[in-house]
Amino acid sequence: MKARLTRIAAMAHKELAHIRRDPQMLALALALPLVLLLLFGYALSFDVDHIPLAVVDQDQTAESRALVRAFTAGDLFVDAQRGAVVEDVLPALRRGDVRAALVIDDQYARHLARGEPAPVQLLVDGADNNTAAVAMGYAGALASPPPAHLPVTLHARALFNPGLRSAVFILPGLIVFLLVMIAVMLTSLTVAGEFERGSMEQLFATPIKRIEIVLGKLIPYFALGLLQVLLVVTAGVALFGLPVRGSLALVGGISSLFILANLAQGLLISVITRNQMIASQTAVLSTLLPALLLSGFVFPIANMPLPLQIIARIFPASHLVDALRAVLLRGNGVEALLRPAAAMAAFFVVMIVIATRKFKREATG
Amino acid sequence: MTPVIEVESLTRKYGDFTAVDAVRFTVAPGEIFGYLGANGAGKSTTIRMLCGLLKPTSGRATVAGKDIARDPRGVKRAIGYMSQKFSLYLDLSPWENLTFFAGAQGLGGKKGRAAVAEALERAELTDRAHGRTGALPGGVRQRLALASARLHRPAVLFLDEPTAGVSPDARRAFWRDIRAVAAEGTTVFVTTHHLDEAEFCARVGLMVDGKLVALDTPDALKAAHVPGRFETVEGAPKTLLAQIPGVQAVEPFGLRWRVSLADDAPLADAAALSGWLVDHGAHTAKVERADPTLEDVFLALVGGAQ
Repeated sequence: MKARLTRIAAMAHKELAHIRRDPQMLALALALPLVLLLLFGYALSFDVDHIPLAVVDQDQTAESRALVRAFTAGDLFVDAQRGAVVEDVLPALRRGDVRAALVIDDQYARHLARGEPAPVQLLVDGADNNTAAVAMGYAGALASPPPAHLPVTLHARALFNPGLRSAVFILPGLIVFLLVMIAVMLTSLTVAGEFERGSMEQLFATPIKRIEIVLGKLIPYFALGLLQVLLVVTAGVALFGLPVRGSLALVGGISSLFILANLAQGLLISVITRNQMIASQTAVLSTLLPALLLSGFVFPIANMPLPLQIIARIFPASHLVDALRAVLLRGNGVEALLRPAAAMAAFFVVMIVIATRKFKREATG
Repeated sequence: MTPVIEVESLTRKYGDFTAVDAVRFTVAPGEIFGYLGANGAGKSTTIRMLCGLLKPTSGRATVAGKDIARDPRGVKRAIGYMSQKFSLYLDLSPWENLTFFAGAQGLGGKKGRAAVAEALERAELTDRAHGRTGALPGGVRQRLALASARLHRPAVLFLDEPTAGVSPDARRAFWRDIRAVAAEGTTVFVTTHHLDEAEFCARVGLMVDGKLVALDTPDALKAAHVPGRFETVEGAPKTLLAQIPGVQAVEPFGLRWRVSLADDAPLADAAALSGWLVDHGAHTAKVERADPTLEDVFLALVGGAQ
């Protein structure tokens, strides 16, 4: 037992030495999370505002001006072409001078006075469907009166992220992305690297066991991964007011399980490819892409076609995004993590079993 | 003395290809055992089987009393291995490398530190312990790798082409280390294709196409496999040397010629040959008796096998 711990510690120490000797890699590992956080937090916002709007008010009454004010009072629309005429609207949209146009019929006030539906047209640039959807949703909410036949007043409020800010929404996804990067690095640079250098054989000629090699390698990168999580959460709180409603220990715990699952996948890749170049490319394809596209980080999984949903649910990334949103944003406890944890654990077990089998058989020829 | 390595009809096949074909030999404790052969003759495959890295297709072998197929971990504890392709992490320092390999052998704490300090001393690297290993010259690195392979005082050291790509000076220093290791009682099993190095071995095995075709002391191999005798000649043209009665071959040897003569060549010794050369116009010719080398053995055996 003591010898085993010595061997694992030696392996971990060696990996740490490799990391220390490569300051560029370390700098990248620590700077990348912050750069991505700033990029995603400030630049890559899904929030839609300041949509340039052309207003064609053919009615020119107090009522129609009130409607225009209602549209332009918030940040969503800015009145780019006041006093436009109908003929200008299409060319302006086509040129991209405006993204939306509000056309008010000259009978607007009269219709309102009679209690009839008042015709108002909103044209939006569907080429940018995200903006279009937001604009139409907002306009619909503005224009529709409270339903007269139902004794209901709707007060919609977004819980957990009241401003519906992208930074808050994206942060859990960003953590997933970073942890995946660590796993990719571990895979392609360290495990496949040992095969490529021929050092794996030198290791096999010592009493060190395969599981000890894997555990030893895991420890420093694992620590680096958790450090990144801490960094991103801290920066998220400081810069974007990320709410941390649940326990950080839970965040650490579920992130650890995620790292393990990805590591197992990475191990399988490197055992099969045995080449840093191919391993890193395979790892990018099979971990980074699911983390970006199939995790619910950007695109909601529920909107995907069923086969994609199934694939998304197989990969651990989607479960970590769920789990982090549940803990960080909604303040859930351990009960919300059971399903994601079970899914990740299952993935880990399957990957590690195949990987060690392959590892063993190949090593003894 | 009980042999420390016992190999009995050891065979390794890859599909139809037989890399190692029913090899058998024993190695005594403290012996320097040289394993020669061209690339692909089966040297590395034999070493990898003896180190517990590769399972034999058939046959058996024990190393330090451990069966290589049934107890590979026991074998790994008893041996040190320097592979041909890799021995040290070049981005790490000598100290980090040694500390890691000590740990991989289960040597930690005080014991590990003592072993590392001793190894640094052996490799004469105590003052360069914390630089980059990759910055050291190749020969120094190989000495460090040797010290690293024996951190845990193994009974047997397996060295696979340890001097490949190393300068002649560094090779000499490396072989001094090997002899020192053997003098302390460690068995050294070494493969090489530098035939001059094989002269340092107590016994030499020669692999050709997976078969062990000869195994003996260097002297006995020369006596058994090299027919005829050799003279080195200075100051005579090659065209003349080729006309010596009973001549078998004339090869350049530095600035001189190395002439191989059949056993029954009429000019019985160097003096007779010298007289013959003078008679044929080479007045300044100098002749000296030369010893056969393992190179000659190799050529004789490989030539015979083809």
